[in-house]
Amino acid sequence: MPYESFLIAGLLLPFVGGCVAALLPTNARNAEAWLAGTVALIILALLASAYPRIVDGGVIRFTVEWIPDLGLDLSLRMDGFAWMFSTLITGIGFLVVLYARYYMSPSDPAPRFFSFLLAFMGAMLGIVLSGNLIQLVFFWELTSLFSFLLIGYWHQNAQARDGARIALIITSAGGLCLFAGVLIVGHIVGSYDLDRVLASGEAIRAHRLYVPGLVLVLLGALTKSAQFPFHFWLPQAMAAPTPVSAYLHSATMVKAGVFLLIRLWPAMGGTQEWLWLVGSAGLITFILGAFFAVFQQDLKGLLAYSTISHLGLITLLTGLDTPLGQVAAIFHIMNHATFKASLFMAAGIIDHECGTRDIRRLSGLWRSMPITASLAMVAAAAMAGVPLLNGFLSKEMFFAETIEVHDNSIVDQALPYAVTLASMFTVAYSLRFIRDVFFGPASTELPRTPHEPPFLMRLPAELLVVACLIIGIVPAMTIGPILHAAVRAVLGSTLPKYSLAVWHGFTPELLMSIVAMAGGVAVYFALRPYLLSGIEGPPVLRHINGRRIFERVLVTVSWRFARWLENILGTKRLQTQLQLLAVFALMAGLLPLPVRWAVTDYGSASGFDPVFALLWAVGVSCALGAAYQAKFHRVAALMLLGGAGLVTCISFIWLSAPDLALTQLVVETVTTVLLLLGLRWLPRRIEKISPTERSAGTIRWRRSLDFVIAACAGVGLATLAYVTMVRPAPDSISRFFVENAYTQGGGANIVNVILVDFRGFDTLGEITVLGVVALTVYALLRRFRPAPESIPIPEQQQAQNVYDDRHPDRQKGDTLKDAMATPALMMALLFPVIGVTALFFLLRGHDLPGGGFVAGITMAVAFIVQYMARGTIWVEAHLRVLPVRWMGVGLLMAGGTGIAAWLFSRPFLTSYFSYVETPVIGSIPLASALLFDISVFSLVVGATVLMLIALAHQSMRSHRTPQAREARTREAAPMKPAK
Amino acid sequence: MMEIVLSIGIGALAGSGVWLILRPRTFQVIIGLSLLSYAVNLFIVAMGRLRTEAPPVLANRAVGDPTQYADPLPQALVLTAIVIGFATTALFLTVLLASRGLTGTDHVDGQEPEL
Repeated sequence: MPYESFLIAGLLLPFVGGCVAALLPTNARNAEAWLAGTVALIILALLASAYPRIVDGGVIRFTVEWIPDLGLDLSLRMDGFAWMFSTLITGIGFLVVLYARYYMSPSDPAPRFFSFLLAFMGAMLGIVLSGNLIQLVFFWELTSLFSFLLIGYWHQNAQARDGARIALIITSAGGLCLFAGVLIVGHIVGSYDLDRVLASGEAIRAHRLYVPGLVLVLLGALTKSAQFPFHFWLPQAMAAPTPVSAYLHSATMVKAGVFLLIRLWPAMGGTQEWLWLVGSAGLITFILGAFFAVFQQDLKGLLAYSTISHLGLITLLTGLDTPLGQVAAIFHIMNHATFKASLFMAAGIIDHECGTRDIRRLSGLWRSMPITASLAMVAAAAMAGVPLLNGFLSKEMFFAETIEVHDNSIVDQALPYAVTLASMFTVAYSLRFIRDVFFGPASTELPRTPHEPPFLMRLPAELLVVACLIIGIVPAMTIGPILHAAVRAVLGSTLPKYSLAVWHGFTPELLMSIVAMAGGVAVYFALRPYLLSGIEGPPVLRHINGRRIFERVLVTVSWRFARWLENILGTKRLQTQLQLLAVFALMAGLLPLPVRWAVTDYGSASGFDPVFALLWAVGVSCALGAAYQAKFHRVAALMLLGGAGLVTCISFIWLSAPDLALTQLVVETVTTVLLLLGLRWLPRRIEKISPTERSAGTIRWRRSLDFVIAACAGVGLATLAYVTMVRPAPDSISRFFVENAYTQGGGANIVNVILVDFRGFDTLGEITVLGVVALTVYALLRRFRPAPESIPIPEQQQAQNVYDDRHPDRQKGDTLKDAMATPALMMALLFPVIGVTALFFLLRGHDLPGGGFVAGITMAVAFIVQYMARGTIWVEAHLRVLPVRWMGVGLLMAGGTGIAAWLFSRPFLTSYFSYVETPVIGSIPLASALLFDISVFSLVVGATVLMLIALAHQSMRSHRTPQAREARTREAAPMKPAK
Repeated sequence: MMEIVLSIGIGALAGSGVWLILRPRTFQVIIGLSLLSYAVNLFIVAMGRLRTEAPPVLANRAVGDPTQYADPLPQALVLTAIVIGFATTALFLTVLLASRGLTGTDHVDGQEPEL
């Protein structure tokens, strides 16, 4: 059977299901539950059918190459260990779905819940099935993300939001560390493939980057599994709906950390660092978690700390660094998942039926909900490690493992006593859960009258508790083979001896169990007065709040520190920023000088050309004049700018760049029109401001500084340009373009061939940018609000209007019309001429100077000229220019030309060319690049016209505004009540 | 000698441009940016070395000889730069106008300096 495709199907199914679930109606609780449950069951069936393949150390693999050079593949890999975890994830997932159907209230939006839950299931399966470490990290972060979304499911609740945020920050920060750690491991091994990593244990441990890599991987694993000192996010995460807590925060996601530890143990374990780092984190968490759990007043809080403690136990087992420790850890993962999930479900039922989960208010629930009470009691007993239940078995193994000698340090010798002590607390909180909630006098004053939940809501917990019992009584027959397969996958074929029996005789570990039981009961009764006082949290230690410390650190780092840095280094003033930028650029330019300075006089190749010198005398004067005039004489500055632009343009011709000259010329034209249109909205400049003496000094100082910077920049660039120009040119990639422009691109104009063929993709990007800019300009101007002083009609027009008004035979605007009569006629006649020119440029572009860009802007000029000649209203009444369509057609055509290459199995934007002989015109080049150039043309026309028209329209709008306002007040006036 | 002339021209354009972009009024900055872009465009073309009367248009329809033609690469770069320069000028002008309308001033910081 194609097990390999089972893997990918099993992984994709939850995500697909999640997408479907998101689309169902808000109140479709039943449909959602059916969907999610079916998905889980199908995957379970797939897993069951794959079981024979993995049972004897078999591995099912599925690999799709993605970027093999970087070691990035989609790689799925299922061995016994992954199988066990997958079964746990889907099995408990199914039960949680069933439970959630009854737990969630009809007013909760069901699609969001079930789609996140399914997606989480997929992400979790992704972690355990990953055969590539990078891919594992990807799914790892996905689980953090879905955990965040699920904890914050009731986002109207501030606690839920905070809990979600803390969990996300801690676990995803850990995920980043893990990513870094995985990169180090991949660097050492030379591959991210899990099989190769697991086989390279020796190399990893011997490498000098072992410790940093280990620490980073551990940071990931320990944050995820809520190990000290990162444990505090888990109690905060209890703000999630209880099914989420049962599923993510006890049975599956928090186990991802220990999963990774066990998974990587063959590769990274077996060192003192592992023993001490993992072992001590586990030990501290185990003890602290158990201790804190006793003092919780919230049922879910108690379970959360208990989960932390049990995760600590598993981590400790892994940290003890022996094969047998891994066996016990794997076994306890399964056991903990079963009893803790059922306990969470029981807590949820109590919360659901009583309206509270505060232990101080709950009492004597045995009477009103006997079945739930029995379930919870059995599960809690399993948690405490009572014989004949599954918790007992793994705990025995755990005790036995702690007695073993590891490195024989003081901690190692004290270990059995320490864990027995912690186990007393485990027993104490389990006892507290049973006794305080179910026994004692029946509680009054509950928000709701407690009663048994519906059968199907109880069923998941029942199944889990039955599993606890069966595993506890006949372990070898039930869980034995699965454990064997999982252990074999982790440890290989040489397995340590372990036995799954209820009775091993009178052993030290049994004694430890008995002591823990008795001690736990004693601890419970000793602490009872304190617990009854109603204080949440243990004495003294409750004041050390991990969450508060975290928040404080977060605020300091992300806000105070940032503010401080901003105050020191930041400025809101643009001038200062630009100054720094200019100075920095200058410095960067000077940097290589001391290293590479070599005075070689290559001499100038060209002779002195007086015309060129004269041209640049004009150019330099224009530039300096524009700089001088830009403040007070804007039109003059604009004309001088145009002069400088023309000089640049002529230089381009001089320097054998006809395409540039053409483009520069037309762009110069539209830029000038654009700026002229903008001038109207700028404020009047008052030349004489009398500044105070101090500010005059500041201004003088600032100007001198700017002048020095500007002078340095000018001299620097001039020098750089000169020394480069007089050096012989290196052999650059230009050679390729010159040689291949015709043979491969089919065009004689090399520049154009580069643009539309060799670098066509860049051009596609560029015209996209142009389109985006045009749309942005349009959008910004739609909401344009001119300054109040700019709203009235300009003086010149007012004078014209006054003149027109004074003469009865004239209408408003006649003066303008008269003045423009001759130019308008000429411009109207020019329209077809310019249009044909544009077309001419477009068509010859591939072989002669021209091309889409210059043609496009020329065409835009043709339109603009009409606007200038006849006015906006006339043009728009007679000529339908639809710039957005032009742009759309251009972009679609450009993309289409690119995609068309796919039809011939060529890469995107590959061009094709040939020549067609026509009778009159002669040989016409027919290149697909021409189509591309036409799209460039179309987009450039659209974008340019759109921007210019949008700006031109502002003048009409502002004329309307005061009149419209006047009209509105006039309309509103009669409605006012007469005084 | 052409190199010297062109370098001085580039220097003057760049210097005027930098001076203007350090000024407080938006119109000055927009003129400055235009001048600076002339300078940079010329500079890039100059990086292909100065050739006169050798446009990058192949004389015969065959494999071209790089020594016979002007360097097409800087020209292709500059051609797109000119068009994009136009787009950024337009965008900047729009932002400038919007900012002037919203804040009532044409100072680059959106508020008159406290003197």
